[in-house]
Amino acid sequence: MRRDYDVAVVGAGLVGAAIAYGLAKDGRRVCLLDEGDIALRASRANFALVWVQTKGHGYPPYAILTHRSASLWSSFAQEVEAETGVDLGFQQPGGFTFALSEEELEGRRRILDEVQAQPGVPDLGSRIVLRNELISLIPEAGPEVVGASYCAKDGHCNSPRLLLALHRGFGMRGGDLLTNRTVETITAGRDGFSILGEGEEIQAGKIVLAAGLGNIRLAPMVGLDAPLQPLKGQLIVTEKVRPFLHYPLVNLRQTDEGGVMIGSSMEDMGFDTSSVVPVVANMAKRAIRLFPLLAEANIVRSWAGLRIMTPDGFPLYEQSQEAPGAFLCNCHSGVTLAAAHAGDLAQAIGRGNLDGFGAFSGERLRVQAAQ
Amino acid sequence: MFKRLSEASGRVLSFTFDGQPLEGREGDSLAAALLAGGVGVFRTTVPSDASRGPYCLMGVCFDCLVEVDGVANRQACMIPLREGMCVTPQRRARQLGE
Ligand SMILES: Cc1cc2nc3c(=O)[nH]c(=O)nc-3n(C[C@H](O)[C@H](O)[C@H](O)COP(=O)(O)OP(=O)(O)OC[C@H]3O[C@@H](n4cnc5c(N)ncnc54)[C@H](O)[C@@H]3O)c2cc1C
Repeated sequence: MRRDYDVAVVGAGLVGAAIAYGLAKDGRRVCLLDEGDIALRASRANFALVWVQTKGHGYPPYAILTHRSASLWSSFAQEVEAETGVDLGFQQPGGFTFALSEEELEGRRRILDEVQAQPGVPDLGSRIVLRNELISLIPEAGPEVVGASYCAKDGHCNSPRLLLALHRGFGMRGGDLLTNRTVETITAGRDGFSILGEGEEIQAGKIVLAAGLGNIRLAPMVGLDAPLQPLKGQLIVTEKVRPFLHYPLVNLRQTDEGGVMIGSSMEDMGFDTSSVVPVVANMAKRAIRLFPLLAEANIVRSWAGLRIMTPDGFPLYEQSQEAPGAFLCNCHSGVTLAAAHAGDLAQAIGRGNLDGFGAFSGERLRVQAAQ
Repeated sequence: MFKRLSEASGRVLSFTFDGQPLEGREGDSLAAALLAGGVGVFRTTVPSDASRGPYCLMGVCFDCLVEVDGVANRQACMIPLREGMCVTPQRRARQLGE
Protein backbone atom coordinates (compact mmCIF):
# COMPACT_ATOMS: atom_id res chain seq x y z
CA MET A 1 0.00 0.00 0.00
CA ARG A 2 1.22 3.47 -0.93
CA ARG A 3 1.59 5.77 2.07
CA ASP A 4 1.09 9.51 1.66
CA TYR A 5 1.13 10.36 5.36
CA ASP A 6 2.07 8.77 8.66
CA VAL A 7 -1.09 10.18 10.21
CA ALA A 8 -4.26 11.74 8.78
CA VAL A 9 -6.32 13.83 11.18
CA VAL A 10 -9.94 14.40 10.13
CA GLY A 11 -11.39 17.69 11.41
CA ALA A 12 -9.41 20.92 11.81
CA GLY A 13 -11.33 22.35 14.76
CA LEU A 14 -9.52 22.91 18.05
CA VAL A 15 -9.33 19.21 18.86
CA GLY A 16 -7.97 18.03 15.50
CA ALA A 17 -5.72 21.05 15.07
CA ALA A 18 -4.15 20.65 18.53
CA ILE A 19 -3.52 16.94 18.01
CA ALA A 20 -2.15 17.48 14.49
CA TYR A 21 0.11 20.28 15.74
CA GLY A 22 1.47 17.96 18.43
CA LEU A 23 1.91 15.04 16.04
CA ALA A 24 3.78 17.15 13.48
CA LYS A 25 6.40 18.07 16.07
CA ASP A 26 8.46 14.91 15.79
CA GLY A 27 9.00 14.97 12.05
CA ARG A 28 5.98 12.82 11.22
CA ARG A 29 4.21 13.45 7.95
CA VAL A 30 0.75 14.58 8.99
CA CYS A 31 -2.24 15.89 7.08
CA LEU A 32 -5.27 17.64 8.53
CA LEU A 33 -8.51 17.40 6.55
CA ASP A 34 -11.39 19.80 7.02
CA GLU A 35 -14.68 20.79 5.44
CA GLY A 36 -15.53 24.11 3.81
CA ASP A 37 -16.58 27.35 5.48
CA ILE A 38 -20.18 26.40 6.15
CA ALA A 39 -19.33 23.56 8.51
CA LEU A 40 -20.66 23.23 12.07
CA ARG A 41 -17.72 24.31 14.19
CA ALA A 42 -17.82 24.58 17.94
CA SER A 43 -14.28 25.90 17.66
CA ARG A 44 -15.51 29.08 15.98
CA ALA A 45 -18.32 29.70 18.47
CA ASN A 46 -16.95 29.08 21.93
CA PHE A 47 -16.45 31.14 25.06
CA ALA A 48 -12.64 30.72 25.25
CA LEU A 49 -12.30 29.71 28.86
CA VAL A 50 -9.55 27.50 30.20
CA TRP A 51 -11.79 26.26 32.97
CA VAL A 52 -11.12 23.92 35.85
CA GLN A 53 -13.23 24.66 38.93
CA THR A 54 -15.94 22.05 38.67
CA LYS A 55 -14.86 19.96 35.70
CA GLY A 56 -14.89 16.27 36.45
CA HIS A 57 -17.54 16.44 39.14
CA GLY A 58 -18.46 12.78 39.45
CA TYR A 59 -15.52 11.57 37.35
CA PRO A 60 -12.08 12.16 38.89
CA PRO A 61 -10.04 11.19 35.79
CA TYR A 62 -11.59 14.17 33.99
CA ALA A 63 -10.84 16.53 36.88
CA ILE A 64 -7.24 15.31 36.81
CA LEU A 65 -6.93 15.69 33.02
CA THR A 66 -8.43 19.18 33.11
CA HIS A 67 -6.11 20.25 35.90
CA ARG A 68 -3.15 18.86 33.96
CA SER A 69 -4.08 20.70 30.78
CA ALA A 70 -4.66 23.98 32.62
CA SER A 71 -1.25 23.55 34.28
CA LEU A 72 0.40 23.00 30.88
CA TRP A 73 -1.43 25.88 29.20
CA SER A 74 1.03 28.64 29.93
CA SER A 75 4.07 26.79 28.52
CA PHE A 76 1.90 25.56 25.64
CA ALA A 77 0.89 29.16 24.87
CA GLN A 78 4.51 30.31 25.00
CA GLU A 79 5.57 27.58 22.59
CA VAL A 80 2.76 28.33 20.12
CA GLU A 81 3.33 32.08 20.31
CA ALA A 82 7.09 31.75 19.83
CA GLU A 83 6.61 29.53 16.78
CA THR A 84 3.78 31.38 15.10
CA GLY A 85 3.97 34.97 16.29
CA VAL A 86 0.24 34.86 17.12
CA ASP A 87 -0.71 36.36 20.49
CA LEU A 88 -3.09 33.93 22.17
CA GLY A 89 -4.16 36.48 24.78
CA PHE A 90 -3.84 33.80 27.45
CA GLN A 91 -4.30 34.88 31.05
CA GLN A 92 -4.66 32.72 34.12
CA PRO A 93 -5.51 35.00 37.03
CA GLY A 94 -8.01 32.49 38.45
CA GLY A 95 -11.71 32.60 37.66
CA PHE A 96 -15.02 33.15 39.42
CA THR A 97 -18.57 31.92 39.36
CA PHE A 98 -20.73 34.57 41.03
CA ALA A 99 -23.64 33.59 43.26
CA LEU A 100 -26.74 35.79 43.45
CA SER A 101 -28.18 34.17 46.59
CA GLU A 102 -26.98 32.35 49.70
CA GLU A 103 -28.50 29.22 48.24
CA GLU A 104 -26.48 29.52 45.04
CA LEU A 105 -23.35 30.15 47.07
CA GLU A 106 -24.02 27.08 49.21
CA GLY A 107 -24.40 25.06 46.01
CA ARG A 108 -21.05 26.35 44.79
CA ARG A 109 -19.42 25.46 48.11
CA ARG A 110 -20.77 21.93 47.95
CA ILE A 111 -19.64 21.29 44.39
CA LEU A 112 -16.12 22.67 44.99
CA ASP A 113 -15.75 20.42 48.03
CA GLU A 114 -17.06 17.38 46.20
CA VAL A 115 -14.73 17.83 43.22
CA GLN A 116 -11.72 18.37 45.46
CA ALA A 117 -12.54 15.36 47.67
CA GLN A 118 -12.47 12.89 44.78
CA PRO A 119 -9.59 10.39 44.88
CA GLY A 120 -6.43 11.46 43.05
CA VAL A 121 -7.57 15.03 42.32
CA PRO A 122 -4.63 17.43 42.93
CA ASP A 123 -5.07 20.63 44.90
CA LEU A 124 -7.17 22.79 42.55
CA GLY A 125 -6.66 25.98 44.55
CA SER A 126 -10.38 26.57 44.69
CA ARG A 127 -12.37 28.21 47.48
CA ILE A 128 -15.41 30.30 48.29
CA VAL A 129 -14.89 34.06 48.29
CA LEU A 130 -17.36 36.11 50.31
CA ARG A 131 -18.77 39.44 49.17
CA ASN A 132 -16.37 41.74 51.07
CA GLU A 133 -13.28 40.13 49.63
CA LEU A 134 -14.87 39.83 46.21
CA ILE A 135 -15.66 43.55 46.10
CA SER A 136 -12.07 44.37 46.92
CA LEU A 137 -10.98 42.31 43.88
CA ILE A 138 -13.86 43.23 41.56
CA PRO A 139 -15.44 46.52 42.68
CA GLU A 140 -17.89 46.54 39.74
CA ALA A 141 -19.75 43.44 41.03
CA GLY A 142 -23.44 44.22 41.56
CA PRO A 143 -25.22 44.63 44.93
CA GLU A 144 -27.01 41.28 44.57
CA VAL A 145 -23.77 39.30 44.35
CA VAL A 146 -23.32 37.51 47.69
CA GLY A 147 -20.05 35.80 46.90
CA ALA A 148 -18.38 33.51 44.39
CA SER A 149 -16.53 30.30 43.89
CA TYR A 150 -12.93 30.80 42.80
CA CYS A 151 -10.30 28.54 41.29
CA ALA A 152 -6.71 29.67 40.84
CA LYS A 153 -6.24 27.46 37.74
CA ASP A 154 -9.01 29.11 35.72
CA GLY A 155 -8.11 31.38 32.83
CA HIS A 156 -9.08 32.45 29.34
CA CYS A 157 -7.62 33.16 25.93
CA ASN A 158 -8.52 34.49 22.51
CA SER A 159 -9.92 31.34 20.94
CA PRO A 160 -10.19 32.42 17.28
CA ARG A 161 -6.50 33.27 17.47
CA LEU A 162 -5.78 29.92 19.15
CA LEU A 163 -7.34 28.12 16.19
CA LEU A 164 -5.46 30.32 13.72
CA ALA A 165 -2.16 29.74 15.53
CA LEU A 166 -2.60 25.96 15.64
CA HIS A 167 -3.28 25.89 11.90
CA ARG A 168 -0.30 28.12 11.21
CA GLY A 169 2.01 26.26 13.59
CA PHE A 170 0.95 22.93 12.10
CA GLY A 171 1.91 24.23 8.64
CA MET A 172 5.22 25.59 9.92
CA ARG A 173 6.02 22.17 11.38
CA GLY A 174 5.60 20.70 7.92
CA GLY A 175 1.99 19.52 8.13
CA ASP A 176 -0.48 19.75 5.23
CA LEU A 177 -3.81 21.43 6.00
CA LEU A 178 -6.30 20.37 3.33
CA THR A 179 -9.55 22.34 3.43
CA ASN A 180 -12.74 21.74 1.44
CA ARG A 181 -11.99 18.05 1.90
CA THR A 182 -15.05 16.51 3.45
CA VAL A 183 -14.11 12.92 4.16
CA GLU A 184 -16.75 10.59 2.74
CA THR A 185 -15.41 7.09 3.30
CA ILE A 186 -12.60 5.51 5.26
CA THR A 187 -11.42 1.99 4.52
CA ALA A 188 -9.08 0.12 6.83
CA GLY A 189 -6.44 -1.88 4.97
CA ARG A 190 -3.71 -4.21 6.20
CA ASP A 191 -1.18 -1.50 7.01
CA GLY A 192 -3.14 1.69 6.99
CA PHE A 193 -6.21 3.59 5.95
CA SER A 194 -7.54 4.78 2.67
CA ILE A 195 -9.44 8.06 3.02
CA LEU A 196 -11.74 9.28 0.29
CA GLY A 197 -13.22 12.74 0.03
CA GLU A 198 -14.07 15.27 -2.70
CA GLY A 199 -12.76 12.88 -5.34
CA GLU A 200 -9.29 12.58 -3.81
CA GLU A 201 -7.83 9.55 -2.08
CA ILE A 202 -5.22 9.66 0.65
CA GLN A 203 -3.36 6.75 2.25
CA ALA A 204 -2.21 7.11 5.82
CA GLY A 205 -0.69 4.81 8.42
CA LYS A 206 -2.95 6.07 11.18
CA ILE A 207 -6.15 8.05 11.27
CA VAL A 208 -7.46 10.35 13.99
CA LEU A 209 -11.18 11.13 13.93
CA ALA A 210 -11.51 14.62 15.36
CA ALA A 211 -14.45 15.75 13.26
CA GLY A 212 -16.60 16.94 16.17
CA LEU A 213 -20.22 15.98 15.52
CA GLY A 214 -19.03 14.61 12.15
CA ASN A 215 -17.55 11.69 14.10
CA ILE A 216 -21.06 10.26 14.52
CA ARG A 217 -21.00 9.32 10.84
CA LEU A 218 -17.29 8.53 10.48
CA ALA A 219 -16.62 6.37 13.57
CA PRO A 220 -18.49 3.22 12.40
CA MET A 221 -16.31 3.11 9.26
CA VAL A 222 -13.39 2.05 11.46
CA GLY A 223 -15.30 -0.02 14.02
CA LEU A 224 -15.82 2.75 16.56
CA ASP A 225 -18.91 4.37 18.03
CA ALA A 226 -19.39 8.10 18.69
CA PRO A 227 -22.64 8.53 20.61
CA LEU A 228 -22.62 12.34 20.49
CA GLN A 229 -25.39 14.91 20.86
CA PRO A 230 -25.35 18.59 19.94
CA LEU A 231 -26.12 20.97 22.81
CA LYS A 232 -26.81 24.50 21.68
CA GLY A 233 -25.19 27.48 23.36
CA GLN A 234 -25.82 31.16 22.63
CA LEU A 235 -23.34 33.93 23.24
CA ILE A 236 -23.37 37.72 23.25
CA VAL A 237 -20.57 40.21 22.77
CA THR A 238 -20.77 43.91 23.57
CA GLU A 239 -18.96 46.80 22.00
CA LYS A 240 -15.35 47.21 23.04
CA VAL A 241 -15.00 49.09 26.30
CA ARG A 242 -12.02 50.08 28.42
CA PRO A 243 -10.73 47.22 30.58
CA PHE A 244 -12.64 46.95 33.86
CA LEU A 245 -12.75 43.22 34.54
CA HIS A 246 -9.47 41.44 35.12
CA TYR A 247 -10.80 37.96 35.91
CA PRO A 248 -12.91 35.59 33.79
CA LEU A 249 -16.27 34.43 35.13
CA VAL A 250 -17.84 31.19 33.99
CA ASN A 251 -20.50 33.15 32.10
CA LEU A 252 -18.98 36.58 31.56
CA ARG A 253 -15.53 37.84 30.63
CA GLN A 254 -13.88 40.84 29.06
CA THR A 255 -11.78 39.84 26.09
CA ASP A 256 -8.24 41.01 25.49
CA GLU A 257 -9.70 43.34 22.84
CA GLY A 258 -12.24 44.95 25.18
CA GLY A 259 -15.58 43.38 24.23
CA VAL A 260 -17.55 41.76 27.04
CA MET A 261 -18.65 38.22 26.22
CA ILE A 262 -21.74 36.89 27.91
CA GLY A 263 -22.44 33.19 27.78
CA SER A 264 -23.71 30.57 27.39
CA SER A 265 -27.16 29.10 27.28
CA MET A 266 -27.67 25.34 27.24
CA GLU A 267 -30.46 24.29 24.92
CA ASP A 268 -31.28 20.87 23.59
CA MET A 269 -32.37 21.97 20.10
CA GLY A 270 -30.86 19.39 17.76
CA PHE A 271 -28.74 20.94 15.01
CA ASP A 272 -30.46 24.35 15.14
CA THR A 273 -27.93 27.21 15.34
CA SER A 274 -30.26 30.19 15.18
CA SER A 275 -29.88 33.14 17.53
CA VAL A 276 -33.06 33.57 19.59
CA VAL A 277 -33.91 36.89 21.24
CA PRO A 278 -35.73 35.78 24.46
CA VAL A 279 -32.83 33.51 25.43
CA VAL A 280 -30.25 36.17 24.70
CA ALA A 281 -32.34 38.75 26.58
CA ASN A 282 -32.37 36.57 29.70
CA MET A 283 -28.61 36.16 29.52
CA ALA A 284 -28.22 39.93 29.21
CA LYS A 285 -30.51 40.51 32.21
CA ARG A 286 -28.50 38.20 34.40
CA ALA A 287 -25.28 39.84 33.22
CA ILE A 288 -26.60 43.22 34.35
CA ARG A 289 -27.33 41.78 37.80
CA LEU A 290 -23.71 40.60 37.96
CA PHE A 291 -22.33 43.91 36.63
CA PRO A 292 -24.85 46.78 36.67
CA LEU A 293 -22.53 48.99 34.60
CA LEU A 294 -23.20 46.69 31.64
CA ALA A 295 -26.70 48.16 31.35
CA GLU A 296 -25.10 50.97 29.33
CA ALA A 297 -23.14 48.72 27.00
CA ASN A 298 -24.35 48.07 23.47
CA ILE A 299 -24.57 44.51 22.22
CA VAL A 300 -22.93 44.24 18.83
CA ARG A 301 -23.42 40.56 18.08
CA SER A 302 -24.99 37.36 19.32
CA TRP A 303 -24.57 33.87 17.91
CA ALA A 304 -25.03 30.21 18.67
CA GLY A 305 -22.80 27.17 18.54
CA LEU A 306 -23.25 23.47 19.11
CA ARG A 307 -21.43 21.80 21.96
CA ILE A 308 -20.30 18.29 21.23
CA MET A 309 -21.64 16.26 24.11
CA THR A 310 -20.90 12.66 25.01
CA PRO A 311 -23.62 10.92 27.04
CA ASP A 312 -21.87 11.64 30.36
CA GLY A 313 -20.20 14.91 29.26
CA PHE A 314 -16.65 13.56 29.64
CA PRO A 315 -14.12 13.18 26.81
CA LEU A 316 -13.96 10.16 24.56
CA TYR A 317 -10.52 8.96 23.43
CA GLU A 318 -10.39 5.48 22.03
CA GLN A 319 -8.41 3.32 19.63
CA SER A 320 -10.34 0.94 17.45
CA GLN A 321 -9.84 -2.74 18.30
CA GLU A 322 -11.20 -3.76 14.93
CA ALA A 323 -8.92 -1.36 13.01
CA PRO A 324 -5.90 -0.54 15.20
CA GLY A 325 -4.35 2.79 14.26
CA ALA A 326 -7.76 4.49 14.11
CA PHE A 327 -8.43 6.86 17.01
CA LEU A 328 -11.59 8.65 18.11
CA CYS A 329 -11.18 12.01 19.88
CA ASN A 330 -14.13 14.02 21.16
CA CYS A 331 -14.56 16.32 24.08
CA HIS A 332 -16.63 19.22 25.21
CA SER A 333 -13.85 21.56 26.36
CA GLY A 334 -11.49 21.84 23.45
CA VAL A 335 -9.99 25.15 24.54
CA THR A 336 -9.21 23.97 28.06
CA LEU A 337 -7.84 20.66 26.86
CA ALA A 338 -5.82 22.05 23.93
CA ALA A 339 -2.55 21.88 25.88
CA ALA A 340 -3.10 18.23 26.83
CA HIS A 341 -4.22 17.38 23.31
CA ALA A 342 -1.13 18.92 21.70
CA GLY A 343 1.09 17.28 24.32
CA ASP A 344 0.16 14.03 26.07
CA LEU A 345 -2.61 12.91 23.71
CA ALA A 346 -0.64 13.57 20.51
CA GLN A 347 2.28 11.65 21.98
CA ALA A 348 0.07 8.71 22.91
CA ILE A 349 -1.41 8.59 19.42
CA GLY A 350 2.08 8.84 17.94
CA ARG A 351 3.18 5.90 20.11
CA GLY A 352 0.17 3.95 19.00
CA ASN A 353 -1.41 3.27 22.36
CA LEU A 354 -3.60 5.34 24.63
CA ASP A 355 -2.01 4.19 27.88
CA GLY A 356 -2.82 6.83 30.44
CA PHE A 357 -6.12 7.68 28.72
CA GLY A 358 -7.87 4.39 29.51
CA ALA A 359 -10.49 6.10 31.65
CA PHE A 360 -11.74 7.95 28.57
CA SER A 361 -12.48 5.00 26.29
CA GLY A 362 -16.07 4.31 25.30
CA GLU A 363 -15.95 1.24 27.54
CA ARG A 364 -17.42 3.24 30.45
CA LEU A 365 -20.45 4.16 28.36
CA ARG A 366 -21.01 0.58 27.23
CA VAL A 367 -20.79 -0.56 30.86
CA GLN A 368 -23.27 2.11 31.93
CA ALA A 369 -25.61 1.12 29.11
CA ALA A 370 -25.45 -2.57 30.03
CA GLN A 371 -26.33 -1.89 33.66
CA MET B 1 -13.63 66.70 -0.36
CA PHE B 2 -17.39 66.07 -0.64
CA LYS B 3 -19.87 68.29 -2.49
CA ARG B 4 -23.63 68.16 -2.31
CA LEU B 5 -25.40 67.17 -5.51
CA SER B 6 -28.10 69.72 -4.89
CA GLU B 7 -28.19 72.58 -2.41
CA ALA B 8 -31.92 72.94 -2.73
CA SER B 9 -33.21 70.00 -0.73
CA GLY B 10 -33.82 69.91 3.02
CA ARG B 11 -34.01 72.45 5.81
CA VAL B 12 -30.65 73.60 7.23
CA LEU B 13 -29.79 72.07 10.66
CA SER B 14 -27.04 73.32 12.98
CA PHE B 15 -24.93 71.03 15.15
CA THR B 16 -21.44 70.89 16.63
CA PHE B 17 -18.51 68.52 16.20
CA ASP B 18 -15.78 68.69 18.81
CA GLY B 19 -17.04 72.16 19.70
CA GLN B 20 -16.98 73.47 16.11
CA PRO B 21 -20.31 74.69 14.69
CA LEU B 22 -21.39 72.89 11.50
CA GLU B 23 -24.44 72.84 9.28
CA GLY B 24 -26.18 69.96 7.53
CA ARG B 25 -29.50 69.30 5.86
CA GLU B 26 -32.62 67.62 7.09
CA GLY B 27 -32.53 64.07 5.75
CA ASP B 28 -28.72 63.77 6.09
CA SER B 29 -27.33 60.98 8.16
CA LEU B 30 -25.00 62.35 10.80
CA ALA B 31 -22.09 60.73 8.94
CA ALA B 32 -23.06 62.41 5.66
CA ALA B 33 -23.43 65.77 7.36
CA LEU B 34 -20.00 65.45 9.00
CA LEU B 35 -18.37 64.40 5.72
CA ALA B 36 -20.05 67.26 3.89
CA GLY B 37 -18.77 69.56 6.63
CA GLY B 38 -15.20 68.47 5.92
CA VAL B 39 -14.70 66.12 8.89
CA GLY B 40 -12.48 63.13 7.98
CA VAL B 41 -11.52 61.61 11.31
CA PHE B 42 -14.51 60.43 13.35
CA ARG B 43 -12.84 58.15 15.86
CA THR B 44 -9.58 56.51 16.89
CA THR B 45 -9.05 52.77 17.21
CA VAL B 46 -9.14 50.81 20.45
CA PRO B 47 -5.72 49.16 20.36
CA SER B 48 -3.51 51.82 18.75
CA ASP B 49 -5.36 55.16 18.72
CA ALA B 50 -5.13 55.26 14.90
CA SER B 51 -7.50 57.62 13.03
CA ARG B 52 -10.63 56.27 11.34
CA GLY B 53 -13.51 57.63 9.32
CA PRO B 54 -16.63 56.17 7.70
CA TYR B 55 -16.02 53.32 5.32
CA CYS B 56 -19.18 51.33 4.58
CA LEU B 57 -21.83 53.98 5.37
CA MET B 58 -24.35 51.20 5.93
CA GLY B 59 -23.98 50.12 9.55
CA VAL B 60 -21.45 47.37 9.18
CA CYS B 61 -17.88 48.61 9.64
CA PHE B 62 -18.19 50.59 12.89
CA ASP B 63 -15.53 53.01 11.67
CA CYS B 64 -17.81 56.06 11.95
CA LEU B 65 -18.30 55.85 15.73
CA VAL B 66 -18.86 59.13 17.52
CA GLU B 67 -20.25 60.33 20.83
CA VAL B 68 -23.66 61.95 20.42
CA ASP B 69 -25.12 64.08 23.23
CA GLY B 70 -23.01 62.21 25.77
CA VAL B 71 -23.72 58.69 24.48
CA ALA B 72 -20.57 56.91 23.33
CA ASN B 73 -19.97 54.52 20.41
CA ARG B 74 -22.83 55.61 18.18
CA GLN B 75 -22.73 54.77 14.49
CA ALA B 76 -22.92 58.15 12.72
CA CYS B 77 -24.08 56.53 9.48
CA MET B 78 -27.17 55.08 11.18
CA ILE B 79 -28.36 58.26 12.90
CA PRO B 80 -30.41 60.99 11.18
CA LEU B 81 -29.03 64.48 11.80
CA ARG B 82 -31.05 66.53 14.30
CA GLU B 83 -30.99 70.23 15.12
CA GLY B 84 -28.56 71.06 17.96
CA MET B 85 -26.77 67.72 18.18
CA CYS B 86 -23.59 67.84 20.22
CA VAL B 87 -21.14 65.42 18.61
CA THR B 88 -17.60 64.55 19.65
CA PRO B 89 -15.11 62.05 18.20
CA GLN B 90 -15.01 58.59 19.76
CA ARG B 91 -11.54 58.31 21.20
CA ARG B 92 -10.43 54.70 21.67
CA ALA B 93 -12.73 52.45 23.70
CA ARG B 94 -15.65 53.67 25.66
CA GLN B 95 -15.43 53.84 29.43
CA LEU B 96 -18.39 52.21 31.17
CA GLY B 97 -19.76 53.64 34.38
CA GLU B 98 -18.74 57.27 33.83
C1 LIG C 1 -21.32 27.99 23.05
C2 LIG C 1 -20.07 27.21 23.33
C3 LIG C 1 -19.20 27.64 24.32
C4 LIG C 1 -18.05 26.91 24.60
N1 LIG C 1 -17.17 27.39 25.53
C5 LIG C 1 -16.02 26.72 25.78
C6 LIG C 1 -15.06 27.25 26.70
O1 LIG C 1 -15.25 28.33 27.26
N2 LIG C 1 -13.95 26.52 26.96
C7 LIG C 1 -13.71 25.32 26.34
O2 LIG C 1 -12.69 24.70 26.63
N3 LIG C 1 -14.58 24.83 25.44
C8 LIG C 1 -15.71 25.50 25.14
N4 LIG C 1 -16.59 25.01 24.21
C9 LIG C 1 -16.28 23.74 23.57
C10 LIG C 1 -15.26 23.84 22.47
O3 LIG C 1 -15.62 24.87 21.58
C11 LIG C 1 -15.23 22.48 21.78
O4 LIG C 1 -14.84 21.51 22.69
C12 LIG C 1 -14.25 22.43 20.66
O5 LIG C 1 -14.37 23.51 19.80
C13 LIG C 1 -14.48 21.15 19.90
O6 LIG C 1 -13.59 21.12 18.84
P1 LIG C 1 -13.67 20.01 17.76
O7 LIG C 1 -12.45 20.18 16.94
O8 LIG C 1 -13.91 18.69 18.40
O9 LIG C 1 -15.01 20.31 16.95
P2 LIG C 1 -15.40 21.39 15.85
O10 LIG C 1 -14.91 22.73 16.17
O11 LIG C 1 -16.86 21.23 15.61
O12 LIG C 1 -14.59 20.95 14.59
C14 LIG C 1 -14.89 19.78 13.90
C15 LIG C 1 -14.32 19.95 12.52
O13 LIG C 1 -14.47 18.72 11.82
C16 LIG C 1 -14.79 19.02 10.50
N5 LIG C 1 -15.47 17.86 9.91
C17 LIG C 1 -16.66 17.32 10.27
N6 LIG C 1 -16.95 16.28 9.47
C18 LIG C 1 -15.93 16.17 8.60
C19 LIG C 1 -15.65 15.29 7.52
N7 LIG C 1 -16.48 14.30 7.18
N8 LIG C 1 -14.50 15.49 6.81
C20 LIG C 1 -13.63 16.48 7.14
N9 LIG C 1 -13.85 17.33 8.16
C21 LIG C 1 -14.98 17.18 8.88
C22 LIG C 1 -15.66 20.26 10.58
O14 LIG C 1 -15.60 20.96 9.36
C23 LIG C 1 -15.03 21.02 11.72
O15 LIG C 1 -14.07 21.95 11.27
C24 LIG C 1 -17.76 25.71 23.89
C25 LIG C 1 -18.62 25.29 22.89
C26 LIG C 1 -19.76 26.02 22.59
C27 LIG C 1 -20.65 25.55 21.50
